[in-house]
Amino acid sequence: MGMTMTQKILAAAAGLPEVKAGQLIEAKLDLVLGNDITSPVAIHEMDKFTTDGIFHKDKIALVMDHFVPNKDIKSAQHCKCVREFACKHEISNFFDVGEMGIEHALLPEKGLTVAGDVIIGADSHTCTYGALGAFSTGVGSTDMAAGMATGKAWFKVPSAIKFNIIGKPSKWVSGKDVILHIIGMIGVDGALYKSMEFTGEGIKNLTMDDRFTIANMAIEAGGKNGIFPVDDLAKKYMDEHSSRTYKVYEADEDAEYDEEYTIDLSALKPTVAFPHLPENTRTVDQAGDVKIDQVVIGSCTNGRLDDLRIAAEVLKGKKVAKGIRCIVIPATQQIYLEAMEEGLLKIFIEAGAIVSTPTCGPCLGGYMGILAEGERCISTTNRNFVGRMGHVESEIYLASPAVAAASAITGRISQPEE
Amino acid sequence: MKASGTVFKYGDNVDTDVIIPARYLNSSDPKELATHCMEDIDKEFVNQVKAGDLIVADKNFGCGSSREHAPIAIKAAGVSCVIAETFARIFYRNAINIGLPIIECPEAAKGIEAGDEVEVDFDSGIITNKTKGTTFQGQAFPEFMQKIIKAEGLINYINQK
Repeated sequence: MGMTMTQKILAAAAGLPEVKAGQLIEAKLDLVLGNDITSPVAIHEMDKFTTDGIFHKDKIALVMDHFVPNKDIKSAQHCKCVREFACKHEISNFFDVGEMGIEHALLPEKGLTVAGDVIIGADSHTCTYGALGAFSTGVGSTDMAAGMATGKAWFKVPSAIKFNIIGKPSKWVSGKDVILHIIGMIGVDGALYKSMEFTGEGIKNLTMDDRFTIANMAIEAGGKNGIFPVDDLAKKYMDEHSSRTYKVYEADEDAEYDEEYTIDLSALKPTVAFPHLPENTRTVDQAGDVKIDQVVIGSCTNGRLDDLRIAAEVLKGKKVAKGIRCIVIPATQQIYLEAMEEGLLKIFIEAGAIVSTPTCGPCLGGYMGILAEGERCISTTNRNFVGRMGHVESEIYLASPAVAAASAITGRISQPEE
Repeated sequence: MKASGTVFKYGDNVDTDVIIPARYLNSSDPKELATHCMEDIDKEFVNQVKAGDLIVADKNFGCGSSREHAPIAIKAAGVSCVIAETFARIFYRNAINIGLPIIECPEAAKGIEAGDEVEVDFDSGIITNKTKGTTFQGQAFPEFMQKIIKAEGLINYINQK
């Protein structure tokens, strides 16, 4: 019996000729990632090891992105703890204010994640790097600590769901609509413990930024990882961003899948997830009259250059509706710089939006846009759980940058063509 | 090893944001995290929970963020075991890695109500609802995970290797 793309990567990393779904393996890691919330817990766990030190100073990435520039004293203490740890162990990929970006936008941009890698990160959206054909998955702080110390992690080999992507999306449909449609179809535990393997001729019609968005939200369907085949576009991205050699794996012809779905991109419409689960999806034309108070355009899901370009195209020459707070957050310093050079930031500011330094900030209710009781936000982020962005009686609607920008102009959930 | 206590019951998709909201993640102190455990889904939980009590939930418990603060808060609040129909995979890993006992058992998730007195035998996987006089067979852990649990967490397990 053949192996899926994920199974092939895991078999190679475990030094085994083949693996089967359900098998427990120990795999070598190419990168271990943590942020300013999860790393302090991992660093504390490191103290319990009887051996001292880390497995490789170039294969650990520590990104200060959730609560920086520090929002309060406790957050500052956390960052200080990580900074001292990075300094002590001479960790080369420590990204602090000035160099940082939201981790899952930053690491591919810095060329630290490439096809064939096995990556764990103490952040659930670590699954993003599957867009480049890597196996990457979110873990907790103890796994991160063990990974930093040993360079290895244990995995249960996942079975997989295959998504056959066909067709070409219409103008205002992007990666966010694709993944929201899929989560709406299979549910927030539809891919529990499994790989989501994307394949098919339609993938060529998805930009790299679309693919990052789709792989990023595999976790919102419960998936262990999301993964794309490595085509010319992915190779071009890696050649432009990384000096590392990558390895391309392909699923066997006779690989077994638990389920198979066909997704016709040409049939998809702009989609929005209603509170309080990402699976509560409706197409925007069925959303009804939903008035909003705030718009967030950013995050590891949708804070990349393509996302900002789309939002700027919608907002150009228009005004954010009176009473609406529109917060734009470029995901990295590089994206910020390019958006500035392209004139996108000027469009946002002239429209009445604000532009923030890169941060996860409002996505998880940290700071930079917390909601009051009864308020509603349309957001390009990834979760709309109860209380995620503020008060337990507030509401989050998840959508693409095009829909979020259009809604900022009208003050209610709107179609981009409006 | 056994756990015994009163049950707090929840539904599907209890996410890590309601288990421990991100506004408290500027701390990593288990005792402090425990004082906000389940705050956004059940304000009375921290006032009522006693050492040894259990959480029983339906499917996909612990979905969302990878924050280990979630099982840490539950454990530090005194909860002796979480039983659910299914767990989200990162929460499942984290619970094992920090030594919070968890058991998947769809029948127990259906057959146990809030306030029931429940006992769990971790060696056999047998769950007894003492209030209703019913028993359920929970899924046993693979041998590899049992070793981590016996070592009281992943770090100790690696140290012992």
